Amino acid sequence: MEILRGAEILIRSLKAENVEYIFGYPGGAVLHIYDELFKQDDIRHILVRHEQGAAHAADGYARAIGKPGVVLVTSGPGVTNCVTGIATAYMDSIPMVIITGQVPKKLIGNDAFQEVDSVGITRPCVKHNFLVNDVRELAITMRRAFYIATTGRPGPVVVDVPKDITAESCEFRWPADDEVKLRSYKPSTKGHIGQIRKAMKMILQAHRPMIYTGGGVILSNAAQQLIHFVRHLGYPVTSTLMGLGAYPGNDSQFVGMLGMHGTYEANMAMHHCDVLIAIGARFDDRVTGELDRFCPDARIVHIDIDPTSIAKNVPVDIPIVGDVGAVLADMNRLLEEGGDITPDRSALDAWWNRLREWAAIDCLRYKHDSKVIKPQYVVESLYELTKGDAYVTSDVGQHQMWVAQYYKFDKPRRWISSGGLGTMGFGLPAAMGVQLAFPEAMVACVTGEASLVMCIQELSTCLQYGLPIKIINLNNRYMGMVRQWQEFFYAGRYSHSYMDALPDFVRLAESFGHVGMQIDKPGDVRSALTEALGMRDRVVLMDFITDQTENVYPMIAAGKGHHEMHLSPEHAPPPDRELA
Amino acid sequence: MRQILSLLLENHTGSLSRVAGLFSARAFNIESLTVAATEDPTISRMTLVTSGSPEVLEQIFKQLNKLIDVIKVVQLSNGPHVERELLMLKLRAESSAQRAELKNFVDIFRGRIVDVTDTTYVVELTGTTAKLDAFVEATDTHNIIEAVRTGVSGIARGDKGM
Repeated sequence: MEILRGAEILIRSLKAENVEYIFGYPGGAVLHIYDELFKQDDIRHILVRHEQGAAHAADGYARAIGKPGVVLVTSGPGVTNCVTGIATAYMDSIPMVIITGQVPKKLIGNDAFQEVDSVGITRPCVKHNFLVNDVRELAITMRRAFYIATTGRPGPVVVDVPKDITAESCEFRWPADDEVKLRSYKPSTKGHIGQIRKAMKMILQAHRPMIYTGGGVILSNAAQQLIHFVRHLGYPVTSTLMGLGAYPGNDSQFVGMLGMHGTYEANMAMHHCDVLIAIGARFDDRVTGELDRFCPDARIVHIDIDPTSIAKNVPVDIPIVGDVGAVLADMNRLLEEGGDITPDRSALDAWWNRLREWAAIDCLRYKHDSKVIKPQYVVESLYELTKGDAYVTSDVGQHQMWVAQYYKFDKPRRWISSGGLGTMGFGLPAAMGVQLAFPEAMVACVTGEASLVMCIQELSTCLQYGLPIKIINLNNRYMGMVRQWQEFFYAGRYSHSYMDALPDFVRLAESFGHVGMQIDKPGDVRSALTEALGMRDRVVLMDFITDQTENVYPMIAAGKGHHEMHLSPEHAPPPDRELA
Repeated sequence: MRQILSLLLENHTGSLSRVAGLFSARAFNIESLTVAATEDPTISRMTLVTSGSPEVLEQIFKQLNKLIDVIKVVQLSNGPHVERELLMLKLRAESSAQRAELKNFVDIFRGRIVDVTDTTYVVELTGTTAKLDAFVEATDTHNIIEAVRTGVSGIARGDKGM
C-alpha cells in the first residue's frame, strides 16, 4: 500500500495517462503540485507567459498529435485567464484536461485571496468539470477527466483542486478500467446498421451528390476511411474550415472549402445537390448561410457522434449517430460488398460537368501587383516552398481565410485554427504546442498584426524552449476582416479598425531573442520565405507589409444563400442564371 | 407546446446548476422545476416543465441527455402520466361570513386549511396546474396575502419505473 500526498497523486495520475507535456504557470494554490513537478523528470512542464497561452498551447498540441493537452494553472486569475482558451477548445471539440488550483476547502466561498468559482465560471465552456472534495477521490477524478475529455465528442474537462487536498495524504491506487465508467455517460460509437443501409441506398441513388465533411473526420482519425469512401463513389467533396486536410486539398474530387468564404464551385454544388452527405460537420452558420435557402433540393444524411448536432440547425432525412470512422468503415464495407443499386454514372458525369463549369470561374484568382505585396501571394508562396507539408496555425480574420483558401492541406491535423470561437491570439501559442508535439516539423503561424500582439508575450516561451516557429505576419495595418465588413456594410466608416502605433516587429522579435525580417516588395517574398524557412533552429518573425485594401473573396453576405456569392472585382459578374 | 420532462441526475453539488445553466445558455424556457433526492440518496429526480416548438423540444431532450450528470431523461407528457402541483395561499379571512364562504370554497376544490389566525387562513391545494390556476382565478386577489407554488411533479402511469 502506497500512501501519497495529493500533489504526488496528481503527478502520478498524469504519468499513468502518459502525459508528456504540461503547459502551465505557477501560483499560490498550486505550489504543492509544482513542488512535485520539480522532483521528477518524466513530464515536461512548459512555462508560458500568460495562462491564455497555456490553454492555446495545450490545444495546439492536442489538435496536432491527437492526444489530450494538459494545462496547470493557479486559482483566481490563473483560471479566468484560461477561460478564452478553454472556450476555444470547447467550440472545436478538442480534448484537454485543465487542472486549476483552488483556495483551501475551508476558505471556499469566503472571497479568499485569488478565489473564483472556477467550476461555475467554466461550466458553460467545458464538456464537464469537477471540484475535488476529498483527496481519496483525486485519482478517480483525474482518470475520469481524461476519459470524458477523449471519448465521444471530445472536449475540455476542468479539475479544480483545493490547495489542502494537494497536501493531504491517502492510499494511491490507479483506478481500473471498469471503475472509470459512469452510469450517466455512455458515448455511442457504432452507428445503427439499419440507418446506415438506408443512407447508403439514398447515397447510391443520388444524381447530384455532395459530400460535406467537418472537423469530426479529423477528431475521429477517419481520413483514410473518408478517402476510400469518396474515391469509391467518385462524388465531389467539400470541407468546412475545421475539416481541411482530412481529404487531400490537391485531389481532383476536392472542390475546396464551402461557406462564407468558400469556393464558388463548392457553394454552388451545395445549392444544387440532390443528396447531401454531412460527415462530422455541424451546419455552423458560417457554413450554411441563410438557413431558409440552404440546399433547397437536397435530402440530407448526417453522420455525427453527438446527437445534439443532428437536426439542430437543419432538418435531416437520415441521421446516423456514431463515430465517423466506425460509420464510414461500415459504409465502405457495404460499398465493397456491392448490391443491387449502382450509381447513375451518366447523371454523375453531367453533375461533374456543371461543377467544372463553376470551377472554371476560378474564384480564387487575384490580381498580382508588382509594387504591393498581395497577402494571397504570401500564402501561396508558403504553400509552394513548404510543399504543402508544414503545420500551419492561424489567428482569426482575413489571413485565416487566405490560408484556408490557398494552402492546400493534404493531411489531417496540419491545419490548426480556431474555427468555432474564432479566437484572435490563438496562433502563436498553438504553434508552440504543435512544435513540441513534432519537434522536427516545420511549424508556421500565419497571422496578422492585430492578432499577433494578443499573445505576443509567448515569444519568450519560444526562446526558453527552443521552438523555432516561423511567424508570417500579414501586416495590413488594419483589423482586416473588420475593415472589410466596414467597407461593405458600413459605407467605409472604418471605426476603430486601423492599427495605429504598431511596434517595429523586427526589433520586437530581436528584443525577444529572435530573428525579425520586414518584407515590403513582392519580389522579395519568396527569397525571404526561403531564407526564413532555412533557419531551422530559430524563431523568425516575418513582417510582410501587405496591400491594405485587399478583401477576402468570394463571400456570401449575411442573409444570403450559397448561390448568391460575391466574387472579387477581378471577375465578371457570375453567370448564375445560365449555370443555375 | 408544453412538455413535462422527468430527469434522474447524480445527486452532486452543481448538478442542478448544469441543468439550469443549459436552459439559460441556450435560451430554452423553464416554466417550473422541482428537484429532490430519491430513495437512492445518490440520485436526484427532477421534474421540469418547458415549452417550445417540436424541434426545440427535441434539442432540449438531447442536450439534457448530453450533460454528464444526467442519468436519464423521459418526456413524461408524451405518454399517460399523472402530474400534480402544490399551492399554498395565505388568504384574508376576517369576518365570519368571509371565513365560512372561504371554507366552503376550499372544500369545493378539495383543498385544506392548514393554518388559522384571527384574520387569515393558509390553504393547501394540490392538483394539476390548470386546477390551481382556476382556484387562484376564482379567489379575490385583494384577499391574497401571499401565494407559493411548488411547480409540477409528475410520474408515468402503469407498472414500469423510470
